[in-house]
Amino acid sequence: MSARTPIIEATNLDKFYGPFHALKNIDITVHQGEKMVICGPSGSGKSTLIRCFNGLEWHNSGKLVVDGVEVYQGSKDILKLRQEVGMVFQQFNLFPHLTVLENLTIGPMKVRKIGQAEAVKTARQYLDRVHIPEQADKYPAQLSGGQQQRVAIARSLCMESRIMLFDEPTSALDPEMINEVLDVMVELVDTGMTMVVVTHEMGFARKVADTMVFMEEGHIIEVSPPEQFFTNPSSERCRLFLDQILAH
Amino acid sequence: MIRPDTSTLMGDPLPKPPAIQRFFDSTVVSVIIYAIVVALICYGSFVGAQNMGYNWQWHRVPQFLYSFTDDGFQLGEIFYGLYTTLTLSINAFLLAVALGLLIALLRLSDLVVGSAVAIGFLEFVRNIPLLVLLYLFYYVLGPIFKFDRYTASILTLAVFHSALISEIFRAGINAVAKGQWEAAKSIGMSTGQSYRYIIFPQSIRFMLPPMTGEVVHMIKSSAIVSVIAVAELTTIGRNIISDTFMSFEIWFTVALVYLVVTLALSIGVSHLEKKYTVDQ
Repeated sequence: MSARTPIIEATNLDKFYGPFHALKNIDITVHQGEKMVICGPSGSGKSTLIRCFNGLEWHNSGKLVVDGVEVYQGSKDILKLRQEVGMVFQQFNLFPHLTVLENLTIGPMKVRKIGQAEAVKTARQYLDRVHIPEQADKYPAQLSGGQQQRVAIARSLCMESRIMLFDEPTSALDPEMINEVLDVMVELVDTGMTMVVVTHEMGFARKVADTMVFMEEGHIIEVSPPEQFFTNPSSERCRLFLDQILAH
Repeated sequence: MIRPDTSTLMGDPLPKPPAIQRFFDSTVVSVIIYAIVVALICYGSFVGAQNMGYNWQWHRVPQFLYSFTDDGFQLGEIFYGLYTTLTLSINAFLLAVALGLLIALLRLSDLVVGSAVAIGFLEFVRNIPLLVLLYLFYYVLGPIFKFDRYTASILTLAVFHSALISEIFRAGINAVAKGQWEAAKSIGMSTGQSYRYIIFPQSIRFMLPPMTGEVVHMIKSSAIVSVIAVAELTTIGRNIISDTFMSFEIWFTVALVYLVVTLALSIGVSHLEKKYTVDQ
């Protein structure tokens, strides 16, 4: 990890869905260039947490500062912030009416107001980076799940964001396609980008994570470096969870 | 390489449906039944008219469709009526789409006032008869705001159909997956940009079929403005009848003209739909 400058800072974050208390008093700091992997059983609030980071969900109380911008419902700066925070979804969410290339260029052209020629050039570069330059003119529905997810990653990269959020990027994929997506993500690690990844892929986590976070029932139970997290977690619940998913 | 034989059936054939069902399911029998029913209806109306002592004068109808004068080929009165019906419908439809879109966006917006206004408008328009709405526009609002009967007709049709069209917009917009909104937001698009580049282009294919239905419905309901004597197809038909007393022939002709126009429209749009689905 390079400089220890905080880029995402959450203090006493709480989030409710009606009576359901989804995030409970969350305190967490992500530093610039840090790779953080968040895991935990389903319904533990991990997706909700990272969706708060770019304002797709709004926290109800507490303070959240991302890339120097305070995030809260009604903030005027949220559109600007979202340009700096890319997100990759479990269900890919590619735009089905646009070709792969158009999926990659629409953000830079319409949001960042970059010229078409330059946007296309950047898009082709990132398609190379995710190893599918030959699919540029196809529609998303013509691609496999793994290819679609790699296009989705390239779409976020095209916005030249400083932070990337991954919301269970491999959970909707067939097993044989998971690795092609993880490989692309591992390659991103060397670019120095800040990455927050919600995933159950522990092999990937062990390889790339600077920090492991374990969540359960809206609480952050454990934050530790991977060596300690996988060998000697401080909480019993985290140990049980790891035993369960590493058992087979 | 040996190819597996997939052409011969391996299992026991399924039992055939009973003979009576096969008889009624066959194309020939269906067509015959259809022809008999249509013939009976035609014969019934003919005999009914005969019994009334109705004097059929089909030979006098063509002059209202077209004529040859010294100036050459001329379209007849019915086509002037049709022209008014179409311009009336097109104007009203364009206005209804604009108004409907506004109502739908208000309803879907986060503004509490916006959705309250939209729902209020919807309930008001949907729950009064079209004829009463027309009288309101012509006899009440017309004199107040000084507009003529043609404008009153356009406004009535536009307001009435905007309520239905706004529901089509709303359904079409809601039919686009929620993840599309999230993806659009995540690359920094504003609500307006998300609608324009991501949501609307995808909702068109959900909206096209019901929207066609709405245009057809609009053309048909435009007949109601004949009660305030706007010279459209139905009014023209009625005027011809009061001159000639050929009510059977003229109403059949008018109905046929409506049918041809709306059918042509439906067929045209179904081609358009095919184009949009291929692109997906």
